[in-house]
Amino acid sequence: MTDATAQTPGEGSRHGGSLLAQDKLTKKRNAAETRFKAYGMIAIIIGLFFLVMLAVSILRSGIPAFTTYAVTLEMSVSEEEYAEAESQLLKTAAYTDLFTRNLEQALLERGMTEGVDQEAIERIVGKVGSDIREFYRSNEDQLGQPVEFQLSVSSRVEGYFAGRLTRDNISESRFITAADFDLVDQLEELGIISSIFDWNFITGADSGVDNPGGAGIGVSLVGSLVMMIVVLVLSLPIGVAASIYLEEFAPKNRFTDLIEVNISNLAAVPSIVFGILGLAVFIQFAHLPQSAPLVGGLVLTLMTLPTIIISTRASLKAVPPSIRDAALGVGASKMQSVFHHVLPLAMPGILTGTIIGLAQALGETAPLLLIGMVGFVAREYPNGLLDGFTEANSAMPAQIYTWASRSDAAFYEKAWGGIIILLLFLLTMNIIAIILRRRFERRW
Amino acid sequence: MPVLWLFLIVVALATVGYIVGRSRALSSADGDNRLLHSLPSYYGSNVALMTVVPAMGVLMLWLIIQPFIVEGRVSGTIPDSVIADGSSLSLVMSDVRRVAEGLDVAVAEGALTRDEAASIRTEFTDVRERLGNVGVALGSDVRPEVLRAAQIYRSLSSTGNLIMTAVVLLVAVGGFYYAWNQTHKDFRARNVVEAGIRVLLVGAASIAILTTIGIVLSLIFNTIEFFRIYPASEFFGSLTWSPSFGGGSELGIWPLLWGTFYISLIALLVSVPIGLFAAVYLSEYASKPVRAFAKPMLEVLAGIPTIVYGLFALLTVGPLLLQVFGDDGLGWMQAGTAVMTAGLVMGIMLIPFVSSLSDDIINAVPQAMRDGSYGLGATKSETIKQVILPAALPGIVGAILLAASRAIGETMIVVLGAGAAARLSLNPFDAMTTVTAKIVSQLTGDADFASPEALVAFALGMTLFIITLGLNVFALYIVRKYREQYE
Repeated sequence: MTDATAQTPGEGSRHGGSLLAQDKLTKKRNAAETRFKAYGMIAIIIGLFFLVMLAVSILRSGIPAFTTYAVTLEMSVSEEEYAEAESQLLKTAAYTDLFTRNLEQALLERGMTEGVDQEAIERIVGKVGSDIREFYRSNEDQLGQPVEFQLSVSSRVEGYFAGRLTRDNISESRFITAADFDLVDQLEELGIISSIFDWNFITGADSGVDNPGGAGIGVSLVGSLVMMIVVLVLSLPIGVAASIYLEEFAPKNRFTDLIEVNISNLAAVPSIVFGILGLAVFIQFAHLPQSAPLVGGLVLTLMTLPTIIISTRASLKAVPPSIRDAALGVGASKMQSVFHHVLPLAMPGILTGTIIGLAQALGETAPLLLIGMVGFVAREYPNGLLDGFTEANSAMPAQIYTWASRSDAAFYEKAWGGIIILLLFLLTMNIIAIILRRRFERRW
Repeated sequence: MPVLWLFLIVVALATVGYIVGRSRALSSADGDNRLLHSLPSYYGSNVALMTVVPAMGVLMLWLIIQPFIVEGRVSGTIPDSVIADGSSLSLVMSDVRRVAEGLDVAVAEGALTRDEAASIRTEFTDVRERLGNVGVALGSDVRPEVLRAAQIYRSLSSTGNLIMTAVVLLVAVGGFYYAWNQTHKDFRARNVVEAGIRVLLVGAASIAILTTIGIVLSLIFNTIEFFRIYPASEFFGSLTWSPSFGGGSELGIWPLLWGTFYISLIALLVSVPIGLFAAVYLSEYASKPVRAFAKPMLEVLAGIPTIVYGLFALLTVGPLLLQVFGDDGLGWMQAGTAVMTAGLVMGIMLIPFVSSLSDDIINAVPQAMRDGSYGLGATKSETIKQVILPAALPGIVGAILLAASRAIGETMIVVLGAGAAARLSLNPFDAMTTVTAKIVSQLTGDADFASPEALVAFALGMTLFIITLGLNVFALYIVRKYREQYE
């Protein structure tokens, strides 16, 4: 502290004497500083809040899709009853009768005194008769022995459990009445109706518009898988070859520039435009089958190629020139130096980029809409390996879109459930990519 | 699948070629591979490549060209009288193809013999019924001329396939023999193989160009077709969008463009401030652990597929907004799907896009500029506002333009969240629709591709492609120009 600094002209008057007390301007500036920092924090918090909101709404709405409510009842059908039911004209109705009689019996055993309305039971459970008949027709040796059946409840009762339907908002009809829900509550208390894990949702096929309870994502999962195989088989070799050329061999000329410009532009072309390309080239022009996973895979390949090329070039670039020089120094040709030394060293990075590109392709929906994967109801698994490529099928995102655009709100739950499965796949792929990067990436 | 078999045969031949070529080279040097010009595997690869590459090239060319020749010859046999009013040659040809495929299926299922398929006449048999029996549903009765054309189509294609198989195998065997004959210890196999591989690499790199050409051609041809049956002045001049597949549609692009820009504007209003502030905070203020946590978390938002956002808009955000602005609240909103819903959700999607691009750009501003500003006594926020952001501005503008191009091209969120009504309105709580949503709705369903209502989608796609391409090129130009200042 010298005299010169202590006695700067004007200093004393601005600070009002003390250096420890902040003057007005400093306060203002510090306040602005705090505010600015707070804006930044708020922005981050808003961003994270959206993420949490998204996650919560996915989980809250999607998890019910994995459970279903079933009526569990142990009953036995004797051979005489079987013969009699089979001899009737309305065979499934006969089995339904058998079921309701058994259910009534079970209820009486568990201490419910009043009789149960048979029609109410038929409204609560779905198509029990045909399920039971199916079972005994294929397992005749089980006749006369007690068998435990797990039969799904009707979609309206599912809606009641999910909270979509209440006693107040249903219109009483021959499908459901408010009184039925009382019975459902009683059955649940007695442990006859209980919630079970719905394997059908994961392995099953899409149902029609009238049966949301039976809809499963299995078939479209196979469709997605087949598409990913096509994408992987085509885009990895082509992408790597293109990157090697551009990074290692391409002379600096017009043609190379043209390719570079094209790749960076293709990476930013909206995905729907690739859908138009697929429709015009593969379906209109080449007459490949509509809705086929092969076509979907081809379109997604074209879409992911730029991503893969960009990341592959980055990992080729990361291999230091000393490696190439050393290879050339011991007499390798340029081609040998690339294929024997640079490429293996860049491989972890290339695979990481490829997996991320595949994950992107897996979730892409818009191009699939245009090549006809949406109107198609994926009811059956493809017959064989080759049919899996050429026969019409759906894919997971297209299936989710189909469910979301159906009018029955019960399908929304399935759509959210489908999203959980889709996101699980994406998560797994990204984790694999991160592990690959962590374990094998070399820092030079 | 004969093509698949052909492919497998050629590959098998190539495998044999590899082994044979390798051993021939070795035996020409009496088993001493030091006498060979190249490593033995190169001789093998040479034979394999010479077998596969020309044969596959011929196969691909043939598969592309044959349908043209066949269709040209078949359509020559169709008399003009068959082409009814309102129909066209291409529609009749698609009938012909369907019948031909039906006959193929019938032969494969054993419902018809080969000769029957080639000789049945509509005069004597109900072809439609017989094809229906094997699961081939035809829309209308098969006219005799169409059936005749379908039979010619089948016989031409099968002859073509036969010749193709022969030619491809011949080329493969020829290549095999040529390369095998060349194989000798003094033959420079490595040079030849490497030149071949180089050609393949160039080919792979050219696919990017081919894709662009494919996009441009498929858009241009169909757009020209559209403007031939629908006046361009109407498309660019009319303010109404009301397609009806019966005819008499008005297909003005303005309501769609307005919807697109309005939704994108709202998305940018959401994402730019949040993204920018987040980027500034992360790069200038955040401590290391906060940054290590928040940055990847925000980027998770970018990795979520758009269908998820679409569903989020339709089922979560829409009903939420409806509660506040709907008839129970302020009364501005009629339904959950609206410009605001889609714009808001799209904004969420773009936050990480804006923030990570801006983050990179802010980090690229040299530290010396910050230090200079601090040295003059500026606070952190003053430095950011008066030094860093102006220096990073061109890059940030580029990032915003890229985000805008993403918003304009986004499909699933608007298909699910924005509604379907095309209207010119200023109320952000109205349902509106966009270019991308209409491309989807005009091209899905069973419309035939020759009607203006379906073809308009290609004109819309062309518009979209040009707008996004323009924005991208402009953005990259700005970003590049900026970079040159510091490097």
